[in-house]
Amino acid sequence: MKRYWKYVKPYLAAFIIGPLLMIVEVLGEVLLPKFMANIINVGAASHNVPYIAGMGAAMVVTALLMMLGGIGGAYFAAKASISFAADVRSDVFDKVQKFSFANLDQFSTGSLVTRLTNDITQVQNLLNMALRMMLRAPGMLIGALIMAFMMNAQLALVVLVVMPILVILIAIIIKIAFPRFEIMQKKLDSLNSNIQEVLTNVRVIKSFVREGYEEQRFAGANEDLKQSSLNAFKIVILNMPVMMLLMNVTTLGIVWFGGRQILAGSMPVGDLTAFTTYIVQILMSLMMLAMVLLQSSRALASLHRITEVLDTEVSLTDDGCRMPEKKVESGQVEFKDVVFRYYKDNKEAVLSHISFKVESGQILGIIGSTGSGKSTLVQMIPRLYDVDEGEVLVDGVNVKDYSLKNLRDGVGMVLQKNVLFSGTIMENLMWGDSNASREELLEASKAAQADPFVNSFTEGYLTELGQGGVNVSGGQKQRLCIARALLKKSRILILDDSTSAVDTATEAKIRESFNNTLKDATKIIIAQRITSVMEADQILVLDEGKIVGIGNHSQLLKTCEPYQEIYYSQMDKEVSAS
Amino acid sequence: MRQEKLEYLQKKYESRLNPGKEDILAGPKGGMPKGPGHGKGNMAGGKPKNIKKTVGRLLGYISNEKWKLAVVCLCVVGGTVASLAGSYMLRPIINGLTSESGSTASLLRGVLAMAVIYLLGVLAQYLQQRIMIGISQNAIVKLRNDLFGKLQKLPVRYYDTNNHGDMMSRFTNDVDAVGEMLDRTVVQLISGAISIAGTFALMIYTNVWLTLITIVMIPVMLKAVQIVGGRSRKYYRAQQAAIGTLNGYIEETVTGQKVVKVFNHEEDAREEFEYLNKDLRGKQIKAQFFGGIMGPVMGNLSQVSYSLTACIGGILCVLRGFDIGGLTVFVNYSRQFSRPINEVAMQVNTIFSALAGAERVFAVMDEEPEKEDVPGAIRIAEDAEQAKNFYVIPKENALTGEEGFMEDVCGEDADYYYKEVKGAVTLTNVTFGYNPDKKILKDVSLYAKPGQKIAFVGSTGAGKTTITNLINRFYDIDEGCITVDNIPVLELERDSLRRNIAMVLQDTHLFTGTVRENIRYGRLDATDEEVEQAARTASAHSFIMRLEHGYDTMLEGDGANLSQGQRQLINIARAAVSKAPILILDEATSSVDTRTEKHIEKGMDRLMATRTTLVIAHRLSTVRNANAIMVLENGEIIERGDHDDLLLQKGRYYELYTGLSELD
Repeated sequence: MKRYWKYVKPYLAAFIIGPLLMIVEVLGEVLLPKFMANIINVGAASHNVPYIAGMGAAMVVTALLMMLGGIGGAYFAAKASISFAADVRSDVFDKVQKFSFANLDQFSTGSLVTRLTNDITQVQNLLNMALRMMLRAPGMLIGALIMAFMMNAQLALVVLVVMPILVILIAIIIKIAFPRFEIMQKKLDSLNSNIQEVLTNVRVIKSFVREGYEEQRFAGANEDLKQSSLNAFKIVILNMPVMMLLMNVTTLGIVWFGGRQILAGSMPVGDLTAFTTYIVQILMSLMMLAMVLLQSSRALASLHRITEVLDTEVSLTDDGCRMPEKKVESGQVEFKDVVFRYYKDNKEAVLSHISFKVESGQILGIIGSTGSGKSTLVQMIPRLYDVDEGEVLVDGVNVKDYSLKNLRDGVGMVLQKNVLFSGTIMENLMWGDSNASREELLEASKAAQADPFVNSFTEGYLTELGQGGVNVSGGQKQRLCIARALLKKSRILILDDSTSAVDTATEAKIRESFNNTLKDATKIIIAQRITSVMEADQILVLDEGKIVGIGNHSQLLKTCEPYQEIYYSQMDKEVSAS
Repeated sequence: MRQEKLEYLQKKYESRLNPGKEDILAGPKGGMPKGPGHGKGNMAGGKPKNIKKTVGRLLGYISNEKWKLAVVCLCVVGGTVASLAGSYMLRPIINGLTSESGSTASLLRGVLAMAVIYLLGVLAQYLQQRIMIGISQNAIVKLRNDLFGKLQKLPVRYYDTNNHGDMMSRFTNDVDAVGEMLDRTVVQLISGAISIAGTFALMIYTNVWLTLITIVMIPVMLKAVQIVGGRSRKYYRAQQAAIGTLNGYIEETVTGQKVVKVFNHEEDAREEFEYLNKDLRGKQIKAQFFGGIMGPVMGNLSQVSYSLTACIGGILCVLRGFDIGGLTVFVNYSRQFSRPINEVAMQVNTIFSALAGAERVFAVMDEEPEKEDVPGAIRIAEDAEQAKNFYVIPKENALTGEEGFMEDVCGEDADYYYKEVKGAVTLTNVTFGYNPDKKILKDVSLYAKPGQKIAFVGSTGAGKTTITNLINRFYDIDEGCITVDNIPVLELERDSLRRNIAMVLQDTHLFTGTVRENIRYGRLDATDEEVEQAARTASAHSFIMRLEHGYDTMLEGDGANLSQGQRQLINIARAAVSKAPILILDEATSSVDTRTEKHIEKGMDRLMATRTTLVIAHRLSTVRNANAIMVLENGEIIERGDHDDLLLQKGRYYELYTGLSELD
């Protein structure tokens, strides 16, 4: 909780003034019935019209002050809670920006988004409500109780009897209803994911003619949800009747006991009216408290999820960097006995004892079956993950000694799972270099073989891409991603299986253009197709995290069995055909 | 923030953050074409367009529970009357207490009467809520089922052109809004109206002069509702637009977070986020403020009315001899009076957004479904004994007169001819475009004899996938003709047609459920042995056995716990388990590494041997042994023939192919 103080502090005034203004409203609400009682007891009894008029005027003024209090309270509560939430959101977002890849893997994307959106909104809503109710409900409760006791202590005892009963009943209702709501929420979530699935899988459903089956499945889940909703609502709707019943019982008790006191002459008749009002106020405030409690249990869960993000230790920083000014200049890469695991308690390492060296300007190909650790290996170079043992050197300097910014500026990378962002094609390409000139942009785009299809769009480079680049095909997307990385003009370029959806002829052209435009840069290419890496100066063959072959194509073809296997799996038919 | 960056952001988000009214109704601008007139999900406060019709349709969902509704209405009336009468009972009691004749016995009578009335009121209230929840839940279930059922009938085009998030929100937000309205609003409106009318009548009955005060206050209150409510709606809309934009930005950035890091783009992302966050903060404070003052303003206006009533009522007691009991109940009424007005006023918003939601739900239901089968459409029946499928052709079908059509007919009875399903596919002069003004396929003709393997190669966007979309009628063609076993696909029952075509798509889609269930999706009555056999065929068996629970391992979230290659293998197994005579493989093995691909080749060959297969692949090695290879470019077949023919032609295929093997 203490960590949230810094979000309260700048708005402390609003945090205090809001509830205080709400107190104005409470005071008025407690006073009005008293004035009313005075009108009946004093004014009407003694036929004193000026007194009644004076009291009436006081009441109207009180009511107007209450309104101002309420409006002011609403303003400060909104200001405090929303500013708080905005600042928290901003810090959570900053934190996510600082996250390392390992941190990002730990939270799923969806859960991070929910935390940044829904969870923060939950907390904000609770805060807003709490600021308006915090003093109001207890204030009203206490105020009304005091007034009731001052007016007639004996009669007030009726309230004291009813209050605990109400509290217990509400507690029971909440206790029974809450788990039922949780069940309902789960069923709702699974129904929604069912729908989501059906939306994305429509082609599969239609091609196997499973519409009827899906309808049945959905109807089942739907009926299930209905039952659990009914189960939950059944309990919750008891709330109002129970509350009304108790309120009515109390009113009756007051009328009965009060009436006898009036008959006995020990109580003025006006007090009865005031008293019934106080009862309503007392029980209402109890209800409000119960509601805030119910809400806060949900919001606290949200707060907990937010705290989790804020408390996550960023597992990769450049705190320990010894050469913050150093930039990547030549592009030489060397791995020395590198060992890496994604989860530190895993026995089997994803990379074990990897050592190799690439000179600047060289091409390194990496090949191996799915899961052999190819992507992991290259992610060590821009320090997306930190090695567990051994070291990675760029230009002969340990990557940990660079500042992250300088290191990553020096390494261009096209990820396997790559994304484009909504915005124009030009905006997306400029990610590589926000100051790039039009010529540089075109050059990169041409090198990545993106220029022809971009030009075929009516709006060319100003074509808006939908989120995730939905309106370009897979191969086009990959080419745009390559162009974006090329524009960075870094000393090291890493392509992680980034041409899988590009046809072979186009891919060959892309590789050719690398040889022209990227002559000096170190190029590291991961590929499935052996043709993509055949011309490399050096090829690494990975299997289960180990290097099982290293050398150029002809060397490997002679000596490395796994390489031969891959080669012939792709080539033998061609060989036998010719 | 740099000035130019700020200006850039202002320009970028101007239309989304400050939309005009039309823009809000039309939804955010985006690349995706939208269905006619649908907005985005989170636009609470949107105005429904045809209230009468929508309400009528909604009523249809509850009309079959008429007697329950009647009971609810009775309960609402009873409950409201009881609560009014209960408070009125105070008058004789108090008057009894203040008069000379007051006694404990009369007090007791009064209290008992009140108790009975209150009890009845509470009972009625409970009963009404209990029944209403049943009614509304039934209605919601039916509404959801109808919507879902409709969704299943919509053509693929609808899914391709509508935003999935938007469709989701129709199922969730919109349906929920309708549910909430049915749950509470309807009852509250009725009881509110009765309360207002009843209270008003009792007020007049109690004291006409005091009622005048209330009458004066009503327009003041209504004006307040109008002013505050109007502002609140306006800022609420602005807030919603800002929330939508910010959340969209968050989602997109976090989804692409790894790319953000690789490009050192964190600082830019932070700036853009800050801009949107600040914008939201300002708008949200206003929206929440105006939303939040409705309560205090209305509540305290009613306090003013209460105060005036108390004061003038007190004077009336003195000057006109108005009874004190009357004054007591009257001030209570005047306090109560604002509550239903307030409630009804608040409900107006709920109702509007619920009706707008209902309209969006109904809009989906009114979408054009997939075309109905033509009358006398040809069905495909399974003959389990012979393990063969037959076309069931009604004798009146015009095709029976066409030349050559009756060739394979192998039986008949009084009404039908029976013809064996072989799996021949032909396309004749097919022209098609997703949009009428942009043709994707131009005059494409080809045939596949039963059991043949036809491959499509060509660069991305050439129209390969489109051809497969047309054969199983995901889309219907504009010109030309597609036949299966010489029957135009339009003459076949669509379900029959699709049941006879198994597809393996590039985007691997799995369902939440066990591995076994996912494979069995291809044929629901497949036995466990058949499922495992299919998995063996697709070389998926060994990795499935290595999973923690083997075939009973749960796959969640589209099989996120499997690698892309493994998901493709399960997809292939799913197709293998189906007995469809036609198989379409659209980049089915693109994510399987070549060693595994080689490994599964035998299985694939077995799979394809008995089926007519249409293959799309980038790797030319996978299509080499096809009976015919079609080279597509810009929607046209520019070369065709088998591998050797095409190499001899020295055309595009030769280029592609030698591009691959030049280093031999």
